[in-house]
Amino acid sequence: MTLAAATVTASGTPGFLSPTGVEIAFLLVGLVTLGAALITVTTRQLVHAALWLVVALGGLAVEYLLLTAEFIAWVQVLIYVGSVVVLLLFGLMLTRAPIGRSPDADSGNRWAALTVAVAAAVALVWVVVDAFRTTWIDLGGPAAGTTEVTGASLFRHWVLPFEALSVLLLAALVGAIVLSRKAKADAGPAVPGKEGVR
Amino acid sequence: MHLAYPAVLSALLFCTGLYGVLARRNAILVLMSVELMLNAVNLNLVAFDVWLSRAARDTLHSGQALTLFTIAIAAAEIGIGLAIVLAVYRNRGTSDIDKLRDTAEGPETEGPGTPAAEKAEATA
Repeated sequence: MTLAAATVTASGTPGFLSPTGVEIAFLLVGLVTLGAALITVTTRQLVHAALWLVVALGGLAVEYLLLTAEFIAWVQVLIYVGSVVVLLLFGLMLTRAPIGRSPDADSGNRWAALTVAVAAAVALVWVVVDAFRTTWIDLGGPAAGTTEVTGASLFRHWVLPFEALSVLLLAALVGAIVLSRKAKADAGPAVPGKEGVR
Repeated sequence: MHLAYPAVLSALLFCTGLYGVLARRNAILVLMSVELMLNAVNLNLVAFDVWLSRAARDTLHSGQALTLFTIAIAAAEIGIGLAIVLAVYRNRGTSDIDKLRDTAEGPETEGPGTPAAEKAEATA
């Protein structure tokens, strides 16, 4: 609460009715991102879902740029748009997903899922808006997420988790290779291109 | 920037992913929805990190470090998840999660010809 008050007084008590240019850009990109996410979870064409996911993840990268976290934005573009979506498209192709509309893309409990999601959305938005109504991010001054700042904090304070993460990535690589081999040992890795992406 | 904008966007994206996880039938579409939920959490972490780095003079940047770790773990998760989905597809001929009911309990009938279910019942 004191933090919020200090932030408001420091930035000169901005108001809801006079949004800055960054806020307007954030709002527009956010609408595009949310729309792409909604199409991703509702479309009946499986390949289109993966392509709309690209739009949603790219929009999130733009949001990171607007929040001055440029290193995270480019990591997002590299890893999500570059490799995760490619892996998902490979998965769709290897499981012989139908190209056109597939009428059974949604399961029978769609209305229960919609109820749960809408209830969670209402509750979360209510709580979040009520909690952070008077809180403002000060985006002026030096950027909080440049590559220099992120790298310094990562290799000064977070070295041990970073190294543990590299071990985890190695374990995941070995696990993916073992899982995607055939049961018979005579055939090699069954899925080329799957490990090559990472 | 008002902190409510990224917080509300992240909450809505999380709920979109929640709907996708609950309503989708194809396992790969469920994985896509999980990615949406993870990205909503990442947006929250970055927004609060940028806020705290200025408001509380935080130099640790734990939000951004945790975001990078989450992205790396999500990449590992999608690799393992797709390998599991492909193994299931190769064994069962489907990636429809409504038909993978071998470990289900309850009154409904088991799937046709599932030795895994019988083995599970025998050991139980």
